[in-house]
Amino acid sequence: MRLIKEKTNIDFLGSARRKMALSISAIAIVASLVSLGTRGLDFGIDFTGGVLLEIGYPEPANLNKIRTLLAEAGFDEVQVQEFGVPTDVMLRLPPQADSDPNEIRDRLRNALAADEPNVDLRRVEFVGPQVGEELTEKGGLAMIFALLMIFAYVMFRFQWKFAAGAVAALAHDVIITLGFFSVFALPFDLTVVAAILAVIGYSLNDTVVAFDRIRENFIKLRGTSSEESMNVSINEMLARTIITGVTTLLVLVALLLLGGESVRPFSIALIVGIIIGTYSSIYTASAVALLLNVTAQDLLPPEVDPDLIDDLP
Amino acid sequence: MNRYPAWLNLLVLGIFLLGIVLALPNFYGSVPAVQMVSADGNALNDARLAEFVENLEAVGITPEAAYLEEGRAVFRFENVKDQMEAGDRLREKFDKTASVALTLSPKLPDWLRAMGLHPMSLGLDLRGGVYFLLEVDMASAIQSRLTLYEQSFDGLLRDAKIRSRVDLEGSDIIVRVRASEDLQSARDIIAAADPDLLILDGADGQSLRVRMTENQIRARQDFAIEQNITTLRNRVNQLGVAEPLVQRQGVDRIVVQLPGVQDPNRLDDILTATATLEFRLVDASGSSPGSRRYPGRGNESGQMLRREIVVSGDQIIDAESGFSEGSPAVFITLDAAGGESMLKVTRENLNKPMSAVFIETRRETTQVNGEARTTTVRTEEIINTATIRGIFKNRFQISGLRPLEARDLALLLRAGALAAPVFKVEERTIGPSLGQDNIDRGFKAVSIGFLAVVVFMAIYYRGFGLIANVALFSNLLFIVALLSLLQASLTLPGIAGIVLTVGMAVDANVLIFERIREELAAGNTVQGSIHEGYDKALSSIMDANITTLIAAVVLFAFGTGPIKGFAITLSLGIMTSMFTSVIGTRTIVNLVFGGRKIETLPV
Repeated sequence: MRLIKEKTNIDFLGSARRKMALSISAIAIVASLVSLGTRGLDFGIDFTGGVLLEIGYPEPANLNKIRTLLAEAGFDEVQVQEFGVPTDVMLRLPPQADSDPNEIRDRLRNALAADEPNVDLRRVEFVGPQVGEELTEKGGLAMIFALLMIFAYVMFRFQWKFAAGAVAALAHDVIITLGFFSVFALPFDLTVVAAILAVIGYSLNDTVVAFDRIRENFIKLRGTSSEESMNVSINEMLARTIITGVTTLLVLVALLLLGGESVRPFSIALIVGIIIGTYSSIYTASAVALLLNVTAQDLLPPEVDPDLIDDLP
Repeated sequence: MNRYPAWLNLLVLGIFLLGIVLALPNFYGSVPAVQMVSADGNALNDARLAEFVENLEAVGITPEAAYLEEGRAVFRFENVKDQMEAGDRLREKFDKTASVALTLSPKLPDWLRAMGLHPMSLGLDLRGGVYFLLEVDMASAIQSRLTLYEQSFDGLLRDAKIRSRVDLEGSDIIVRVRASEDLQSARDIIAAADPDLLILDGADGQSLRVRMTENQIRARQDFAIEQNITTLRNRVNQLGVAEPLVQRQGVDRIVVQLPGVQDPNRLDDILTATATLEFRLVDASGSSPGSRRYPGRGNESGQMLRREIVVSGDQIIDAESGFSEGSPAVFITLDAAGGESMLKVTRENLNKPMSAVFIETRRETTQVNGEARTTTVRTEEIINTATIRGIFKNRFQISGLRPLEARDLALLLRAGALAAPVFKVEERTIGPSLGQDNIDRGFKAVSIGFLAVVVFMAIYYRGFGLIANVALFSNLLFIVALLSLLQASLTLPGIAGIVLTVGMAVDANVLIFERIREELAAGNTVQGSIHEGYDKALSSIMDANITTLIAAVVLFAFGTGPIKGFAITLSLGIMTSMFTSVIGTRTIVNLVFGGRKIETLPV
């Protein structure tokens, strides 16, 4: 079976196409940055600090009643939300000054138990403000560090123009995924940072596989223009790019639908990131390398010892 | 062409079988169990085990299995009723020498246990429990050391008859002598007491500025954190929690994980409690240098107490709560140095009053200009003042406590004091119902995701798709096997990592199979296409996996807790998938298609 024709010949990198792709990317990036700058992200307590409670009710919970009850108990700033199913409720409080988290938890529990004695305290999380600050810093550092390491690896295996293309594509993916979370006000917690790093890994995977083929074709198709060789390469890899994308999306949709509320932001980040990553490895990565005037001369024979590869199965 | 030598086929088969054995412990399920740890921290031996079993059988409870594991005694039971009864019995009989915890234990056959194999260890988000991240107050650790220096210099100089004053100024100890000719001898005395200290001359020629060196400060901090870890371990053991984890994290933090614990309140109080006791003589005249007024409890009036500590909390080696004349009391046993000091003081101060001071440190957060500031608040209260009626040494009792307080204080004194106060900066409690839900959901997501990919691959690549599916299944098996072997905690994000791996692992096979299709389309022979397909796809596969591995390793290095779990399963999955999808599938392809004359390939 084939999802796409055996031999495609789509002009991915023609100058009109390239301009259009670059403008779409540019618009998406600008929109993301604007949203990130104005609306920001809906940071979870992992980053902001505070108290989070997940409460299970025997019957669908009445959120308004819970809000009133809590307001009466003196919690004005508490956020009350349904969590996945109508019987699950999530309460979120900003970091509290001069009071003990244990006491807050007890007061909340007592306030709610007065109305419905069968509440089940499924999860309680307390994060101090200093931990949150550190995490934000660490998360940012992790992404920058990952991008640098990847730049170094691609530079070592290919050449700096490709490395620049790869890293540009990754930055593109990260910014737009973050922008997506900002525009749709999706909860941004620690697992989303993990998902974005996984997106970096995945998108890079795609990009590198395309670059591998480009290198091969630069050597095989001497005399053709860089643009033409790159286009042929992307077409040749199209089936693989799409199939891997499909299998990965299949499992992620399963995770999104079955994994429960707490892995929802994680699954969304990966699904969005992988779609954008697939697009960027086709359009952005190669386009940036072309923009930097990459030519066959830039790629001397690969550094990997060919004997080594022959020995392996 | 396309034949593997026999040894390679056998090796691949061997690795596959090894994977099955390592993953096997996960399929036996768990039963109620009781775990015992020796109170002195030493490993339990067979004789003790036999003694425990004898005691259980004496009341008609027969454990289904009883064995030692890493110095702990484990008893498995058929049902929860037996487990509870056994727990009560053991606790009652061996309360002094061992701590007893109720838990779940895997129902492994003896031969698997004898091989030292375990099922995967589940993270707190899957099994329920409490996670604390505690921060050690380093400033306070240094401060308490400085106070000790201050007191000892004061005593030493007085013994040497040098008229002087010793004060603390920030992190410096200032020694002022009355006569400048005494300065050199004061310096010698201090240098002799601790040669590592930095001793600087004061500007006025009559004082010394004494400072701890960087190394001393660092050593003191390391000591404080190590000491705190030991104390926290003792406290956790006293509470009877199975498989607790107490671990240093970074410079000044300690992670405490208590699986299966549901009510964090009391635990939290006990873990972070700094409550300790100090005994000081009452300064009746109020004229002794350095005496200070200490407040009383509740409505009691305060007292002037002398500066010298007779006995401090860390000299207490045992404490038990009970009742004395109808009111709650703590019975205290001192170590040798404490006993000596108590003997000397009681002999010299008969019929004079002595006070027991209860000391507690708490951190309070206040808002200053919209920013949260934390300050350390030290509470000192006199809980009891009694006249010394007789000479005593290392055993005595104190009263004046509330009942629960007496019980907790006894536990705290027994487990040892914290070298520096700790403060909770993060806490996560996961209820048992949520843990089970997370397991069920994770399992469902993995199986449905796996199924979807398997069906897709079988339809898309037919015969080769089936081979890739065998590889994918082995990949799952190997991830489970490695997780069981490494005993890395499986968390919900970890399961997400496995799900992601399932989706991405077929990529290598997709690369190979597409390449084979290309080769066939280009007119290559069947055998040539297989060979070229595997050969040419390899460099792409390596590149693709190494780059993903970079991201996973960075994630592991920077991440904490649940994120680490994701990074672990993702990296393991990448590594195992390279083996299964390249070498694994090639072995099968070679066995099925290799070296034979065939016209078409089911790819």
